[in-house]
Amino acid sequence: MAEAIAVEARNAVKEFGSGPSAVRALDDVSISIKVGEFFTLLGPSGCGKTTLLRLIAGFEMPTSGLILLNGQDITYLPPNKRPVNTVFQSYALFPHLTVSENIGFGLQMQGRPKAEVHATVARMLALVKLEPLADRKIGQLSGGQQQRVALARALAPAPKVLLLDEPLSALDLKLRKEMQIELKRLQTETGITFIFVTHDQEEALTMSDRIGVMSAGKLQQVGTPKDIYTQPVNRFVASFIGETNFLPATRDGDGYRLDCGIKVAAPLGKAERVTLTVRPEQVRLEAKDASDTIPAKVTNLVYFGTDTHYHLMLPDGAEVVARLQSLASGDTGPAMGQDVGLRFVPGAVQVLED
Amino acid sequence: MAAAEEQVVRETTRRNWLLSAPALVVLVFTATLPFVIVLVYSFLTPGQYGNVVWKFSTDGWVGLVMTRDVFDDTLGWADAHLTIIWRSVKLSFATTIITFVVGFPTAWFIATRPQRSRPIWLFLITIPFWTNLLIRTFAINEMIRNEGLINTVLMRTGLIHEPIVMIYSDGAVLLGMGYAYFPLMVLPLYAAMDRFDMRLLEAGYDLYASRLSVLWRIVMPVVRPGIIAGCVLVFIPALGAYVTPRVLGGGKTMMLGNLIEMQFGQGRNWPLGASISITLAVITLVAMLIIIRRAGRETAQ
Repeated sequence: MAEAIAVEARNAVKEFGSGPSAVRALDDVSISIKVGEFFTLLGPSGCGKTTLLRLIAGFEMPTSGLILLNGQDITYLPPNKRPVNTVFQSYALFPHLTVSENIGFGLQMQGRPKAEVHATVARMLALVKLEPLADRKIGQLSGGQQQRVALARALAPAPKVLLLDEPLSALDLKLRKEMQIELKRLQTETGITFIFVTHDQEEALTMSDRIGVMSAGKLQQVGTPKDIYTQPVNRFVASFIGETNFLPATRDGDGYRLDCGIKVAAPLGKAERVTLTVRPEQVRLEAKDASDTIPAKVTNLVYFGTDTHYHLMLPDGAEVVARLQSLASGDTGPAMGQDVGLRFVPGAVQVLED
Repeated sequence: MAAAEEQVVRETTRRNWLLSAPALVVLVFTATLPFVIVLVYSFLTPGQYGNVVWKFSTDGWVGLVMTRDVFDDTLGWADAHLTIIWRSVKLSFATTIITFVVGFPTAWFIATRPQRSRPIWLFLITIPFWTNLLIRTFAINEMIRNEGLINTVLMRTGLIHEPIVMIYSDGAVLLGMGYAYFPLMVLPLYAAMDRFDMRLLEAGYDLYASRLSVLWRIVMPVVRPGIIAGCVLVFIPALGAYVTPRVLGGGKTMMLGNLIEMQFGQGRNWPLGASISITLAVITLVAMLIIIRRAGRETAQ
């Protein structure tokens, strides 16, 4: 059974400027976001994720393509006619209004009865735990409190979809962690579809039901955090999300031969010449001449407390990073300059064909 | 402990007074003292060739609203004076409204230009300040008088056969004042709009507000300090305007400034001139108080 689709973009293209100097911010993006989903658009700055969000919010019109909400075409509907609300990166709270008035603004503009506005504002204040600050002006709030007001203001009119444009980027690390949990809780409690934009891969992995990775105006991969992390479709996705090792290799029978001459098992693809990728935590270190290992030399080690990063050099000069959990005794594994045998955890090696 | 604290407070107070002394001296000599002189003069008797005779009289104040009949010495309402006071208030108010209606979109236009081109627009707004107001007002006179540019062109082209009478009317004065005070409205409005966070517009639209609601409920309240400053800067000098009504209003459309000048000039009635001056100052003060109290109340809310 197909799940209901909340937001859909069909072949969305957005160009800024015109003629030969036009910049293509969004290049033929098609995406379907399910009802009740926490969906994250992840990518470096300038990848088009915010542009896509603005198309959904209605602040921009696509150069071509369609935006659908619950199956209806809203491509050219102005933002004040869309049941979609935004939490802005800078919050954009109204400085001349109190916390309550800010939260009630959307409801008032919809022409809801006074009693309903009052009740909803009270419920929202409770939801984001800001009751004691209801009558404060925005200027008297801290960054984290403003963030909560922005959330409550956008949630108050009960939108079909909530758009969040890097809402946590202005907060310090501790507050950001708290708000991540808070956001997830709000999403579960309200059941509203969240579309969250961020450049922080950790944020994306911890909060999302599904992630859409974007780069250079194109959607690179859509999938669950696990899919994206363990099965990246290309080099960009693999390197943008988490740390990884890249090793050029050539197809040879039922596996791939690394440039250093060792053969590695990996799912076979069509291309002859590929890049193998493996996460540092999927690399194991063994004794120098253990069977089925790749000979390597420790060139550097970096101690991180919970784990230690070993920089290893293969016979052909290629570099591999291995991340090993620190031992309880505090003893480190192989020492600098030591020769070791290197093994990839079975199934951890991914083949990138581009 | 308490004594030492008191000592510090006293010293701070003394130092603050000392530091503000130069400004206070200037204010006393250029504002308070002249005002007291004007107040005293308003209670004296006019001299025969101007100046005053040191004899107490309330005629200066009576003459403000009443006029003594030449033949039987009875008092009647000084319609001319009351008309002029009313006209001054009316025209200043109208000037404020007009400059606001035109100045608000202008300031918004400048504030929404790219950062680089804004100084150019501001520069254009301030160009009129380069030339003396009198000369600029005469230029308007030259445009709108009966044999002026507009009428000449219209008559040459045969569109009209009789000149349209535009000059020496309330309308002409309004045009001149609107033109003269326009930058004083635009600049404070621009200063407020420059600080306005344009993202609030998107936030407003996002929360179902129409364009008009965004203007009324978001833009206007946020830039209110600029609106108040602009209105004060236009209304108060407009109330005491002298050059514009003189050049464009002729003898018919006088304002308070012209009436005052007349009493100190041909009228040779300094006490009356002094009482009108004080009346003007009081009207200004009342207007200021109303505006500031309203603004204060709304900020407090």
